[in-house]
Amino acid sequence: MNLLAVERIKLFSTRSPWFCMIGALGLTVGFASILAIKSEHVSVGATQGMYLLGLMVVMVMSTLAVTTEYRFGTIRTTFQAVPRRTGALLAKTTVVALVAGLVGEVAAFGSLGAAKLLQPGAALSLSTAADWRAVAGSGLVYALAGVMAVAVGVLVRQSAGAVAILLVVPLLVENLVGLIPDLGAKIQPWLPFQAAGAFLRGTHEGAPYSPWGALAYFAVLAAVLLGAALVVAKKRDA
Amino acid sequence: MIEVVGLGKRYGRTTAVRDLSFTVRPGRVTGFLGPNGAGKSTTMRMILGLDRPSSGHALIDGTPYRELRHPLRKVGALLDARWVHPNRSARDHLRWLARTNRLPPGRVDEVLDQVGLTAVARKRAGGFSLGMAQRLGIASALLGDPEVLLFDEPVNGLDPEGIAWIRGLMRGLARQGRTVFVSSHLLSEMSQTADELIVIGQGKLISQSTVSEFVAAATEHTVRVRSPQVERLQKALVHKGATVEQDGATLVVGGLSSAEIGELAAAHGVVLHELNPQRGSLEEAYMRLTAGAVEFGTS
Amino acid sequence: MIEAIGLTKRYGSTVAVDNLSFTVRSGRVTGFLGPNGAGKSTTMRMILGLDRPTAGSVLIDGKPYQELRHPLRTVGALLDAKWVHPNRSARNHLRWMAAASGLPAGRVDEVLDQVGLTSVANKRAGGFSLGMSQRLGIAGALLGDPKVLLFDEPVNGLDPEGILWIRRFMQDLAKQGRTVLVSSHLLSEMALTAEDLVVIGRGRLISQGSTADLIGGATQNTVLVRTPQAQHLGNALAHKGFQVESKPDGSLVVSGASSDQVGDVAASCGVVLHELSPQRGSLEEAFMQLTGDSVEYQSSEVAAR
Repeated sequence: MNLLAVERIKLFSTRSPWFCMIGALGLTVGFASILAIKSEHVSVGATQGMYLLGLMVVMVMSTLAVTTEYRFGTIRTTFQAVPRRTGALLAKTTVVALVAGLVGEVAAFGSLGAAKLLQPGAALSLSTAADWRAVAGSGLVYALAGVMAVAVGVLVRQSAGAVAILLVVPLLVENLVGLIPDLGAKIQPWLPFQAAGAFLRGTHEGAPYSPWGALAYFAVLAAVLLGAALVVAKKRDA
Repeated sequence: MIEVVGLGKRYGRTTAVRDLSFTVRPGRVTGFLGPNGAGKSTTMRMILGLDRPSSGHALIDGTPYRELRHPLRKVGALLDARWVHPNRSARDHLRWLARTNRLPPGRVDEVLDQVGLTAVARKRAGGFSLGMAQRLGIASALLGDPEVLLFDEPVNGLDPEGIAWIRGLMRGLARQGRTVFVSSHLLSEMSQTADELIVIGQGKLISQSTVSEFVAAATEHTVRVRSPQVERLQKALVHKGATVEQDGATLVVGGLSSAEIGELAAAHGVVLHELNPQRGSLEEAYMRLTAGAVEFGTS
Repeated sequence: MIEAIGLTKRYGSTVAVDNLSFTVRSGRVTGFLGPNGAGKSTTMRMILGLDRPTAGSVLIDGKPYQELRHPLRTVGALLDAKWVHPNRSARNHLRWMAAASGLPAGRVDEVLDQVGLTSVANKRAGGFSLGMSQRLGIAGALLGDPKVLLFDEPVNGLDPEGILWIRRFMQDLAKQGRTVLVSSHLLSEMALTAEDLVVIGRGRLISQGSTADLIGGATQNTVLVRTPQAQHLGNALAHKGFQVESKPDGSLVVSGASSDQVGDVAASCGVVLHELSPQRGSLEEAFMQLTGDSVEYQSSEVAAR
């Protein structure tokens, strides 16, 4: 518990995490609001349209929580104060994941709420399990993506490199894979952010997993990355 | 107490530290000297569990650093004053650090006051001068009221008042029975601060001794003598087997202690105007001992 | 020679340098001392024409810096060793500086050799340690073989061998008849290096003169005496009106007397001496005495609890 408080102090005593959180909420809720103003036929799914962009911002925040520690040398101070490195990094991961998850929920329900306010006539009630998953599931995806971002940060240690990986993989690489004839379509469901998307939007006929299976797969990937990061950090010179 | 036993560190094919053993005892300031690249910082990092030794180990009161339950309460260290997030305030930096080892939050304001940073406690550390950053680093070292303190080049960036202050601080901490281990390149400063010296070169131990032993072993002892009866004194000295060099009215005498010279002068009824034992400087002694262990030689 | 005449620099309502006048003579190393925030760096920047004085002027051999025909051949300066592009090699950094002031390219290798960087001349400066950067900065200062040299904290980051090297180096430059002005916080180092001192505090001149005079004027000279007949000698000295203090180790510290006087007293009452050493005050004591009230961050007295 104590280590969680340490990481909470660290995260909230600089400005950039606040900017990232406000940015993520502004992008998602702002987009949903514009959508609702422009169209009367807005759906629950459509209000969540900017989830990936918000997710990017939160992942940047999460990875910076680690890479800035390497950049400014505070990781050494951290390991000096808490030589059990695994504990220190798990605490950081937990705090970041909780904050990311909270931002995800606020972004999702905020988007829905803003759309409801601006377009009271639209069919925006959460009537099906799929609707609930599309909105409330955001927090889970954000939290797990936060874990991945922390793990990448620990492995890469440099802000520019970590941010590039976290932006390029979901936005470019995963989509380009789909262009490979035959093979692309088979591989694509096994790419992390495609799986996360499948969980939120629901799976197509013939998908290799159910929506909750997709989330479980995403969680396993996050856990594997985190495990690798913890092992590396423990062995490496600080 | 810090015990270093057979400590070694290799990076690929280069050996930074090899088979290094020494003990840093409490109640005194121990200076850690060596040319650039001698392995001082690496050794300090291994003592603090930041780097993993390739061989050997370092113990703090018998326990490896990584096994200490509340390390900051046992060991305080200032390795690099710039290891602070530039957008975090001095106070917030100490606040999270205090929390890691369950130190009471009130301790933060105490150490800020002790290093003279209370007025800028809420300013971002990124805007600090090197001297202020150094004071913040010293504050974090003192935070846990530790028995063992490590400082790497602590006077870096401090002004004369700050230098005198930290010298007094380190001596005061040692007097309270704490173990104080300081690395520095400033030998004239170290000769005023340290009681004991550990000197390394190219990753190996060159010597461990008290400062006065270190200087005495590596430099020559002479005595500067002035007298209105120089010639009579000179004869007596030469008769006793001393080596005497005359420099105007001053004699530089080797081979006899100042007490022996004084007795001799009294026996011959010679008036003395100066009887001044010349101690070599720490710098001279250091240069003799480390010759050959230097990274960049200059023409 | 460097002459500052009524030099003043204001930033808004803060006065960094306040009507400062001093002269730095050639042929000797002059130390430039002052607490943090005293205005040393600002003064050095004004000498080099980087900052414009609000009032007053500073002349180098009679001319303001901006009017020098070949500034790098007249004045060499090391202000901040990190003013180097990290991806440029040491040699290329010096090459552009040489080209900029019309100096022959061969001079680059000469100065690299002079500072001991020949073996790393083609490595990128960004990978240099602080000590190596410092040497590169010094090489840059020497490039134009200037008559006037300014160094700001030159021993920063150097190891003991480097510190000894630069001390001798600066003294050699002065012996060649050059003007050498060095700012530093390391008083024990300055006491060994500088013959003259300029001390400022809160932007104003506190003292200017030779190092020996400055120390002598601000501290008390004493004589340390060790003798098997301490009580006897102590009484005799006290009787003569000198102030005598007994130390726990049995030695005496006499103030108000020269060692000659103490020696004469000892001889006249047949006291055997084991030591008779004149003690000079340190530059640090003198500095603290002089600058007492112009310090920026004062730390609280005691050590840890």
